[in-house]
Amino acid sequence: MIGLWSVPLLFALPLALGILSLLVAPAWRARLIFIGLPLLVAASLDVLAGLATAGPQVYRLGDWIAPLGINLVVDGLAVGMILMTTLVASLSALYARVYLRDHPPASSFFWPLLWFLWAGMNGIWLAEDIFNLYVGLEVMGLAAVGMVALRATPQALAAAMRYLLAALLGSLAYLLGVALLYGAYGTLSMAGLQEAATNNATTQVALALIILGLLLKTALFPLHAWLPPAHGGALTPVSALLSALVIKGSFYILMRLWLVLGPEVTPELTAQLLGVLGAGAVFFGGWMAWRQHHLKQLVAYSTVAQIGYLFLFFPLVTNTSPEAARLAWDGTLMMLVAHALAKAALFLSAGNLILAVGSPQISHLVGISRFRPMSLFSFGLAGVSLMGLPPSGGFTAKWLLLHSAILSGQWWWLIVLFLGGLLSAAYIFKVFRMSFREGPQIDRSVTPPLTLDVVALVLAASAIVIGLFAHLPLHWLRMGSMLGMG
Amino acid sequence: MSGAISGYMVFAWSGVLLFGLGLFGFIAHRHLLRRLLAFNIMGSGAFLVLVGLAQDGRGVDPVPHAMVITGIVVAVASTALALVVFRRWYRASGRTDLPEDT
Amino acid sequence: MDWNGLILLGVLATSLVASGVIFLLAESRLVMRTVVNLAAAVLKLLLVGWIIWGVYQAVEYEFRFTIIEGVDFILRADALGIMFVGLSSLLWLFTTIYAIGYLEKAPNRSRFFGFFSLCVASTVGIALAGNLFTFLLFYELLTLSTYPLVVHRGTRESLRAGQVYLYFTLGGGALLLFGVVALHVLIGDTEFVPGGSLAVLDPSLHPMLIIIFLMMVIGLGVKAALFPLHAWLPMAMVAPAPVSALLHAVAVVKAGAFGIARVVYDVYGIEFSQSLGLLGPLAVAASITIIYGSLRALAQDDLKKRLAFSTVSQVSYIVLGISLFGPVGAVGGLMHLLHQGLMKITLFFCAGNYAETLGVHKISELDGAGERMPATSVAFTLGAFGMIGIPPMAGFISKWYLGIGALEAQMNWVLGVLIISSLLNAAYFLPILYRIWFRKRDRLWCEGKVLGRFETQGSLLIPTLATAAFALAAGVLAGMPFSPLYWADLIVSREYLQ
Repeated sequence: MIGLWSVPLLFALPLALGILSLLVAPAWRARLIFIGLPLLVAASLDVLAGLATAGPQVYRLGDWIAPLGINLVVDGLAVGMILMTTLVASLSALYARVYLRDHPPASSFFWPLLWFLWAGMNGIWLAEDIFNLYVGLEVMGLAAVGMVALRATPQALAAAMRYLLAALLGSLAYLLGVALLYGAYGTLSMAGLQEAATNNATTQVALALIILGLLLKTALFPLHAWLPPAHGGALTPVSALLSALVIKGSFYILMRLWLVLGPEVTPELTAQLLGVLGAGAVFFGGWMAWRQHHLKQLVAYSTVAQIGYLFLFFPLVTNTSPEAARLAWDGTLMMLVAHALAKAALFLSAGNLILAVGSPQISHLVGISRFRPMSLFSFGLAGVSLMGLPPSGGFTAKWLLLHSAILSGQWWWLIVLFLGGLLSAAYIFKVFRMSFREGPQIDRSVTPPLTLDVVALVLAASAIVIGLFAHLPLHWLRMGSMLGMG
Repeated sequence: MSGAISGYMVFAWSGVLLFGLGLFGFIAHRHLLRRLLAFNIMGSGAFLVLVGLAQDGRGVDPVPHAMVITGIVVAVASTALALVVFRRWYRASGRTDLPEDT
Repeated sequence: MDWNGLILLGVLATSLVASGVIFLLAESRLVMRTVVNLAAAVLKLLLVGWIIWGVYQAVEYEFRFTIIEGVDFILRADALGIMFVGLSSLLWLFTTIYAIGYLEKAPNRSRFFGFFSLCVASTVGIALAGNLFTFLLFYELLTLSTYPLVVHRGTRESLRAGQVYLYFTLGGGALLLFGVVALHVLIGDTEFVPGGSLAVLDPSLHPMLIIIFLMMVIGLGVKAALFPLHAWLPMAMVAPAPVSALLHAVAVVKAGAFGIARVVYDVYGIEFSQSLGLLGPLAVAASITIIYGSLRALAQDDLKKRLAFSTVSQVSYIVLGISLFGPVGAVGGLMHLLHQGLMKITLFFCAGNYAETLGVHKISELDGAGERMPATSVAFTLGAFGMIGIPPMAGFISKWYLGIGALEAQMNWVLGVLIISSLLNAAYFLPILYRIWFRKRDRLWCEGKVLGRFETQGSLLIPTLATAAFALAAGVLAGMPFSPLYWADLIVSREYLQ
C-alpha cells in the first residue's frame, strides 16, 4: 500500500510535536518547526504522489477492522485539503516565528496549540467515520479557542469564551445527530451510511441537528456573531489560521455528509435554504465589512461574507444535472482553496500594515502606499482573488459557480455572485482609497521584518496562480469523489 | 420502534430530555459557570442517547461505549479549557458573564 | 517548443516583467527605472514589429494552455489584434518618455510606472486574446491596473474620480462576465474566429443571444464610454497628463471599442449580427454618443475636459464603423482606432505641455500660446485638424470611409450624423486654435518649469512632435503599405472573405 508511512504520520506527527513542544523549554518551542515543517511537507507530498499514482484509497489504521478500527480515506478531496493545510499552516508558522518575538508570553503557548490544531485538521480531512470527525472537530476547536485567548486581553478572552460556547454547542448538536444516526443504522462510516440511510423521520432529525451544529461552527449567517471578534481580535498569524483553515473543517464535513446521504435523503428545500443563508451571509458580511473601521475586523467580516459563497454548493448539487453538479463541486472547492490562500494573505498583510503604522484603524493608513508598497501589494493581490476578479483563484471559482448556476437553471444565484463581487470590491477598495490618499505627511513608518512581507506575498501570489493553473488541482480534487465523474 | 417509552428506549428518551434541559439552561443562563454546567448536562444527554439507542436488541455493542468514553474525555478537556478561560476572564474583567453583543 | 507562441508571451512579458522590476525599485533609483522602462518599451516594439511582419505574411502565432476543463488561455496574433498591439506598443514608448519628463521630481514614481507598465500589459493581453475568456481576464486586469493611476495624485477629487471609475468599470465587467459565461454554457469555449461561431445555433436561442449581446456590449460600452455610460471619463481627467493620454488615446476606451469589434466580428459574425438586427441599434447608440459628446465638449472651458468629451465622441466613430454592415464602413471604423489614438494622444500631450510649462489649464487662458510655444502649438493644430476631418488629415480619411460605408449599408441618416459632428468638432476646436494663434497674451506667463534649450523640456516635446508626425503621416501617406488604412483593409478583407 502506497503512502503507508505518511498517512498516519499526518496527524501523529503534529500530535507528537505538540506534546514534545510542551516538554521543552519555551525558547526551543519555535525551533521545533524546523523539524516539523519539512516532515509534514514531505508527508503531504508523499500522500499526493500516492494519490496521483494509485488513485483514491482507504487506509486502515493499525490494520484493525472498522467499526473498532479506524478507517482513513485518502481521496482527492482529502489530499487537496491536506495540501492546502500544509501550505497555509507552514507559511503561517514561519510568519508566527518572527511575529511572536514581540509577544513572548503568547509565543510559548502558540506552538503546542498550532501542532494540536494541525493534528485536528488533518484528522478531519482523513476521517472516514462521523465519530472521528467529531473528535477531530473537538481537537481543532479547542486548540483554536486556546489560540484566540493567547492575547490575554479582556477582549480576547471574551472573544475566546464566546467562540468556545458556540463551538461546544455546535459539537454537541453534531454529536447528538451522530448518536441518532448510529442508533438508526448501526454504522458510523460514510460508506455504511451511504448504503443504509433512508429517508425517514430519524434521519431528518439527525441531519437537522448535524447541519445546525456545523453551521454554528462554520459561522454561517445568521450564526456568525462569534466569528468577527474571535478572528479579528486574535494575533495576526492566529487570525490567518482560523479564517483560512479552521472554519473549513466543519464545512468539509457537511459537504461530505451531504453527498454521502444523497439526493433521496437530503431535501431540496434544505438545500435551497442553505443557499439562501449563504446569500444572506454574502450580503450581510460584505455590508458589515464595508462599515468597519478596524482593518482586521474588516477582514474578519469578509470571511463571514466569503463563507456564504461556499454554501451555494448545496442548491447547485441537489437534484441538478451531473454536469451542473460537477461544476458546482469544482467551483466550491476552488472557492474554498482560493479563499484559504487569499484570506491568510489578507490577514497577514493587514497585520504587516498595522505593524507599519502602529494602529489598527483603517483611517490611519493614509498615504501608506508610499511607504509599504509590498505589504499593500500582497493585500491587493489577495483582494483581487476575494473580489473574484481575474486572474485569480476566486475568479476561476466564480466562473465555475456561475456556469453551474446557469446550467442548473437557478439564475437567482447569479445575482448573489454579481452583487457579492461588487460588495467585496467596495470594502477592499475602501482600504486602497485610504492608502492612496495624500494626507498629513507621515514621513516614516516602522519597517516590519522582511520575512513577514515575503510570507504574505507568497500566499497572495499562490491565490492568483492557482486560478491560472486550476486544471490539475481540480482534476486531483475530483478523484474518488461522488461527483465530477461525468 | 413500538412502544417508544418502554424498555431500553427509556434511556434514549431520558437522554433527549437531559439534552433539552441542558440546552434550555445553556440559553437561559448568563453566568458562565451555569452555562458550563448546562453544557455538561447536554453532553451526558447525548452520551445517554448513544448508549440507549444502541441497545436496540442487537446484543451488546462495544462501539457506543468506546465512543462515549472518547466523548467523556473530550467533554472533560473542553470543560477544563472553558474553566481556564473563564477564570482569566473573571480576573481580567471581574465579570461572570459575557458582555452582550457589541 | 513552439517559438511563434512564445513570442506572444514575450510581448506580454516585456511589460509585465518591467512592471515587477519597477515596483521593487526604490523611489530614488531614477536612472535604473528609466532604463528599465525604455528598454522594455523598445524591446516590445521590436517584438511587435517582427510579429506584424509575420502576420502580414500570414504566419500563425498562437499560445494556449488549459486553465480549467473546457476553458483555455489563448493568445493569438491576428490582423485585428496585432493592429491594436502595434498602436499600444508605439504609444507606450512615447508616453513613457513623456511621463518620465512630466513626473520629474514628483512623488510615488515607482508606483506610477509599475502600474503604468501593468496597464500596457493588460492592453496587449486584450489585443492578443484569442477567446472571450482570455479577453475578459485582461479586460478586468486593465480596470485594476488603471485605478491606481486615476487616483495617483491622492487628492479628494482624484479619489472621488477613482471611485466613480470603479463603479462603472466593475459593474460593466460583471455584466460582461455574465455574457461570457452564458455563451460558454451555450457553445463552450468561445474562440475568436473571423465570421463568428454563433450562426450555427438553433433559432430558438436567438432571443437569448440578443440578451447576451446586450449584456456584453453594455459591459464593453462602459470602457468605450458609450452614452450614457461615459460619466467616468471626464471625471478621470484629474489624473496626470500621461495617464489621460494613455487612458484616452489607447488603453481603456480602445479596449472597449476593440472588444465590441471582437464581439461583432469574431464572436457573433457580422452577417449574423445583421440578421439578428443588432447593428442598427448599435449604430444609433454610437450616433447619439457622437453628437452628445461633441455638444458637451462645446461647453467645457477646461482643456482636458474638452478633450475628454471629444474622446467620448470620437471613440464612437469606431463603434459606428463596426455597426455599418459592409466592408467600407468597417475599414473606416477600424482605421479610426489607430487614427483617433494618434491624434488624441498628441492633443493630450499638448495639453500637458501647456499645463506643465505655462501653468495653463483653461482654454480661456491660452491666448497667444502659439507665440510662446510654437512647436507644441503646431502639434496641437495638426491634431485638431485631424479631429475635425480636414483633408488630407487622418480624421478625414476615417470620416470619408465611414460616410461611404453608411451609404453602402443604406443608412443614409448616418451621413447627417457625420456632417453635424464634423461641424461641432470644428466649433469646439477652431476657437482654441484661434486663441492660440491669433490672440495676444495680455499678461506674463507664470512659467511652471525651468526651460531647457527648447520651448519646454525635450522629454515633453519630442513625444508630442513624434505622435503628431505619425498622425499626419497616417493621413498623408494613407495609400502606402502598412498605413492604418492599408492594415484595416487587410483585416476587413480577411473578415469579409469568410
